[in-house]
Amino acid sequence: MDQTISVTVNGRSFERSVEPRLLLSDFLRHELGLTGTHVGCEHGVCGACTVLLDGVAVRSCLLFAVQTDGRDVATVEGLAGGPQALHPLQHGFWEKHGLQCGFCTPGILMSLVPFLEENPDPTEEEIRELLSGNICRCTGYQKIVEAVQLGARLIQEKSA
Amino acid sequence: MSTRQFGQPIKRNEDPRLLAGRALFTDDVHLAGMLHVAFLRSDLAHARIRSIDLGGAKERPGVAAVYTADDLGEYWQPGPLLVPPPPVEQLEFHPRTQVPLAKDKVRHAGEAVAVVVAESRYLAEDALDDIFVDYEPLDAVVDLEDALKSGSPLVHDDLGHNINARGTQTKGDWAQAEDAADLVIRRRFHYDRGTAAAMENRGIVASWDDKSQQLTIWDTTQAPIAIRNGLAGMLGLSEHQVRVIAPFIGGGFGPKIMMFYPEEVLLAWATLQLGRPLKWIEDREENFYATTQERGQVHDATMALKNDGTVLGIKDVFLHDAGAYAPYGLTLPISSQCTLLGPYVVPDYHSEFTSVFTNKPIVTPYRGAGRQHGVFVMERLLDIAAEELGIDPISIRRKNYIQPDQFPYSNEIIFQDFTQLTYDSGNYEPALDRALELIGYQEFIREDQPRREAGGKRVGISVVSYIEGTGIGPYEGARVTVEASGKVSVATGVGTQGQGHYTSFAQVVADQVGVAASDVHVVTGDTDLFYWGAGTFASRGAVVAGNAMHAAATKVRDKILKMAGEKLEAAEEDLELIEGRVQVKGVPQTSISIGELAVEANPMRGAVRPGTEPGLEATEYYGPERGATASGVHAMILRVDPETYLLEIEKYVVVHDCGTVINPLILDGQIQGGVAQGIGNAFYEQLHFDENGALLNASLMDYLLPTAADVPNIVSDHMETPSPLNPLGVKGAGEAGAIPVGALFAQALDNAFRDIGLEVREIPLSPNRLFELVTEASARGNA
Ligand code: FES
Ligand code: FES
Repeated sequence: MDQTISVTVNGRSFERSVEPRLLLSDFLRHELGLTGTHVGCEHGVCGACTVLLDGVAVRSCLLFAVQTDGRDVATVEGLAGGPQALHPLQHGFWEKHGLQCGFCTPGILMSLVPFLEENPDPTEEEIRELLSGNICRCTGYQKIVEAVQLGARLIQEKSA
Repeated sequence: MSTRQFGQPIKRNEDPRLLAGRALFTDDVHLAGMLHVAFLRSDLAHARIRSIDLGGAKERPGVAAVYTADDLGEYWQPGPLLVPPPPVEQLEFHPRTQVPLAKDKVRHAGEAVAVVVAESRYLAEDALDDIFVDYEPLDAVVDLEDALKSGSPLVHDDLGHNINARGTQTKGDWAQAEDAADLVIRRRFHYDRGTAAAMENRGIVASWDDKSQQLTIWDTTQAPIAIRNGLAGMLGLSEHQVRVIAPFIGGGFGPKIMMFYPEEVLLAWATLQLGRPLKWIEDREENFYATTQERGQVHDATMALKNDGTVLGIKDVFLHDAGAYAPYGLTLPISSQCTLLGPYVVPDYHSEFTSVFTNKPIVTPYRGAGRQHGVFVMERLLDIAAEELGIDPISIRRKNYIQPDQFPYSNEIIFQDFTQLTYDSGNYEPALDRALELIGYQEFIREDQPRREAGGKRVGISVVSYIEGTGIGPYEGARVTVEASGKVSVATGVGTQGQGHYTSFAQVVADQVGVAASDVHVVTGDTDLFYWGAGTFASRGAVVAGNAMHAAATKVRDKILKMAGEKLEAAEEDLELIEGRVQVKGVPQTSISIGELAVEANPMRGAVRPGTEPGLEATEYYGPERGATASGVHAMILRVDPETYLLEIEKYVVVHDCGTVINPLILDGQIQGGVAQGIGNAFYEQLHFDENGALLNASLMDYLLPTAADVPNIVSDHMETPSPLNPLGVKGAGEAGAIPVGALFAQALDNAFRDIGLEVREIPLSPNRLFELVTEASARGNA
């Protein structure tokens, strides 16, 4: 039977009653209307569905919504902190053409956020290693790497 | 804005929405009262359907409807043949196209047998488990050669054989070439299947509104206009009652232009039956069966040469895997046939294909679309010939290139656009030289390779050439409108799947109308906003729609100048368009904004003069007489791990000529992405079917897509040989990155293992397969 959960998403709290089998990705997209989180494989490989759970990057297609009860979720919609704004990392992607179809992009951005907090100045190899958990079928990754390098710089400039 | 925006690396207009998660993809469409659809698909590749027992599916709470083929009545029809057979003499052609739901028989694993509509996808999938299909399993047709043997099981029983088509095209006289040859090379080449694996799976939302009598469909398609026309016809609706929207699409690469997918046909019909909006989103497993695939071919090729390396002729006899149904006619085998000739003079050519039905998912074009095979065969033949003649692989290419003064160059056979295969322009040697320089060919051969080999490393180098017929007809159109705000809106029929059309089209228009590209708002893929068009395929967006944009924008420019000339009492030649204003050259005080002109061109009182049109708007169409020929050279240095047979690409160079470049940033992205797909195709991605036609690796866990750890940085350079065929001089670029990569891997591996005489004659490879090939080659060497 349905279970009631309360979860904070992008700083807003929600209380919803959900089926225990409802995936977190479906909950975010279809119950809360946060469709920026994408689903590419439903089996944990592509990384398109990556969101932050208590600050840690997780694959929302591998979690049930009920597992987030009492916890904090962040999605791409909350990244910039305003509807017309862009996060410095998003600026990096825009400048460097780090996206084509853009389907993989939200998941990549969310994987990068905690990574860049821990590695504010990563090497190309570190960036590539992190990115290897996300599949992009359009770009060949080169411009994503450049985008991350620029994004990391912009984040530092902003916090400086 | 006096600087030209065409040709600049302008960042993309569409990106902020995509980056913020605010862009609308098909699965993001949510409508009140929407129901969800799931398909019951066959596990067997080939079986007769004895009966279907719906069990309790219909009665299950939350289920709105369950349909099988019988419920569709007259609506059940095989899909249309999308491309008629080309005007090639003595063609044997047996078209068979896909059906909405299997009736009597399933012909490939994953073919849909029944459909459930329910309150949620979860409930719909629950109900699939209630349905029992009684199948009589049949032997499957899997191998291309076996399919043609007598006694083979039949994919389409009524045909009496498994031949989809047979055709021969010739140029000159192959027999003569063979007689005159000093050397004749014969080899068999295999190319196997892969899948496009766009990150977004397919999806459809269909909504019939009874009050307005309108059907609206959001569809992950590359061809919204064709989908509208087809569905309207099938459903007996006026085209004006059907609106197809291709919103943001998460990658296309070809398979999203199949028409019509059974799911499109069914959702459009079922929403009319139920009067509620319906959504179906393909899951990744379905994508491995229900979305079309490509690339299975077997070639028996012969090349005749002179001792000095001059190619006299080629004979190629090949089999093409069409899968269970062939809606695209002969597009793919014809494309392979034509692309094989490459940038080389081949006086005598005999090419013969047989397209074969198999019990495997449907084959339609996927990025490259038959071109990979042609390039692979040609480049391999040249490599092998060079080896036997003791010439180096670079010289043999140089020797046979078509020279700049030979254009337009006719190859005398029929291309996939049904015109004679004619290269409009090209200049191949400079691209080759540049690639050699960028890869450091001589240093590698002379110094690096011997030194590193002495240190126990296995490293190889390769350089291959290709051409690509791009930007074929029939036509596209565009409408350019100056709005009262002074911003410009542009509409076209082609859909976009990440190629940056919102920006490159804006650049084409911006220069003509004198505004910033960021002030040009492009709408694509909504049939209500632009009525006519064909679709995004064959690297044609920039060429065909781009030139339509240019024509429409030029006309709007003329209108602006005419109006402004009258207002400012100046001759049109004395006016200039700068930053959204028209002024007398060098006299900014005289200026008037194009927004004001747009308002005046649409007056609220008075009369618009007879013979003139209201508004600053123009609609133009462009249809190229024939395709524009892009070309390029790829080069690579590869290291093989002697223990694991994993590869490391140490350097990758692309020198590409796609005519005039609209946006180098976007072009680089297209090339890099294409190469990444080519790398996947060459060394990671292979669909493994067993002898029963079951697909053994239908998940991204088992079907390996290249990651950021596998794809190198690509060094690229562009040559510009503008196409004389269109005003912008552009050629298509969407597929070029992917086309020659298989041939490049093969040559580099042969080079790395030249001590044991390795000769790679197949793609895709894998570490395992490479190990086997190397073991075989060493055994042969030692025997
Ligand atoms: S959708 Fe979750 S990892 Fe692919
Ligand atoms: S941009 Fe299309 S999948 Fe990454």
